[in-house]
Amino acid sequence: MAIKTEPFVLNLGPVHPSTHGVYRMRVTLDGEVVVDIEPVVGYLHRGIEKLAEERTYTGVIPLTDRLDYISSMSNNLAYVLAVEKLAGIKVPERAEYLRVIMAELQRICNHLIAVGSFFNDCGAYFTPFLHMYREREKIIDLFEMVCGQRLTYNYMRIGGVSQDIPEEFLPALEKLLEQIHRSVDEFDLFLKENEILLARSRGVGILTKEKAINCSITGPVLRASGVGWDLRKADPYSVYDRFEFDIPTGSAGDCYDRYRVRIEEMRQSLRIIEQAVKQLPSGPVKAEVPHLVRPPAGDAYAHIESPKGELAVYLVSDNSIAPYRCHIRPTSLLNLSALRDMVIGWKIADLIIIFGSIDICLGEVDR
Amino acid sequence: MTLALSGKEVAAKLEQKFADSIIEVNKDSLLVKSESLLELISFLKTSPEFRFDFLNTITAVDYLEYFEVVYHLTSMEHNHSLVIKTRYYGRENPAVPSIVSLYEGANVQEREIYDLMGIRFENHPNMKRLFLWEGFQGHPLRKDYL
Repeated sequence: MAIKTEPFVLNLGPVHPSTHGVYRMRVTLDGEVVVDIEPVVGYLHRGIEKLAEERTYTGVIPLTDRLDYISSMSNNLAYVLAVEKLAGIKVPERAEYLRVIMAELQRICNHLIAVGSFFNDCGAYFTPFLHMYREREKIIDLFEMVCGQRLTYNYMRIGGVSQDIPEEFLPALEKLLEQIHRSVDEFDLFLKENEILLARSRGVGILTKEKAINCSITGPVLRASGVGWDLRKADPYSVYDRFEFDIPTGSAGDCYDRYRVRIEEMRQSLRIIEQAVKQLPSGPVKAEVPHLVRPPAGDAYAHIESPKGELAVYLVSDNSIAPYRCHIRPTSLLNLSALRDMVIGWKIADLIIIFGSIDICLGEVDR
Repeated sequence: MTLALSGKEVAAKLEQKFADSIIEVNKDSLLVKSESLLELISFLKTSPEFRFDFLNTITAVDYLEYFEVVYHLTSMEHNHSLVIKTRYYGRENPAVPSIVSLYEGANVQEREIYDLMGIRFENHPNMKRLFLWEGFQGHPLRKDYL
């Protein structure tokens, strides 16, 4: 005899440890099974795009730090690339290499957090997470060495970077690369075939190739679904065309593949940094750019492969000292657009894992 | 390297089918009439020559005289990209057709534009504000908001 059940509406968030910020989902449940979800966003909306219209071109850089605040370097990079494209500014070689080194270190930082918090969501409370945070701390120490900040770096400038690296940076980086290499191998050894991880994430939250492309999904989530699309290779910006690296992809498009892709990407980032350090030329780190940049009227679109996916800035200039319009492509928001289809039919505990495996940052979702 | 298709090149290939819908051909973009936008993007998405299967982003700009909605499209298969623009003249109830039926990724972005810029997307499945609350007065990204 079937028991009569009624749908139950649960408000998950906005203040909930598993929503990684202030994301809210209205989840309709049938028993434990998810029937429908309705995302509610905007709790962290600060109007960054509007604020940008009131500031000078250089003054917008600190605002971009506050988008995806765990990978500020990448946000800086996307924005300054757009301004440089708009104004036709050429960046010195050394600055390009420094940008690549910072962006790749930032990718490792981001993936450490992404993988760590994914394990939190799986129920391995804070043991893997703190091990990964330990490694991230070391990278942040290096960032502090170059720009004095530990979270909102504000390091890139229009036409280069704010300052050259100090003498002790390269030896410290070399030591760090070796440590991270070892730690990533160690994490992988412990976690790759962990039975609980396999049981919880294999075959869970499958995202097909076609769906991912149609939903404008990018980054590790897209690559885990088997699409080898990485802007560093597909549309190389800065000096990425000078490095050898692979694009890790998954095949099943489940939570496990997304975890695997991130681990492999950390290894590839280490490879890029090693090559960049070897090729690092000497010279100036900032082009001669006037204090108040006045790009000619027009528009420009620049995109980079940020740790979470395609981060793009669309700038419109009216030949004044402030952007007329500054649109930021929200990677995290778009990566969530397939969430509903990925979670329907799964249990609520799986919803948390699937959501965690996408790796979003609410600073970027809401802007 | 993603090849940015020039507006001229694409317009030449679209000439027979969409001669009336293209208003302006620029170096890096095409300005099209909003009435034929859906049909045109649908053609660009499906025709084997273009195959624009990926929507990078949609955004809107307020030029006071008119609103401009900008679509960035990429073909992952051919690795080329194109910018499509469409305009709405006037400030009362601006509207352009929704492309959610072609790209699901357009859903939240069109809601965001409606929320912040006040442009309504016709035939959108859920045309509600995204970030701000229901009952919020005005659309903050408009140039005359503040």
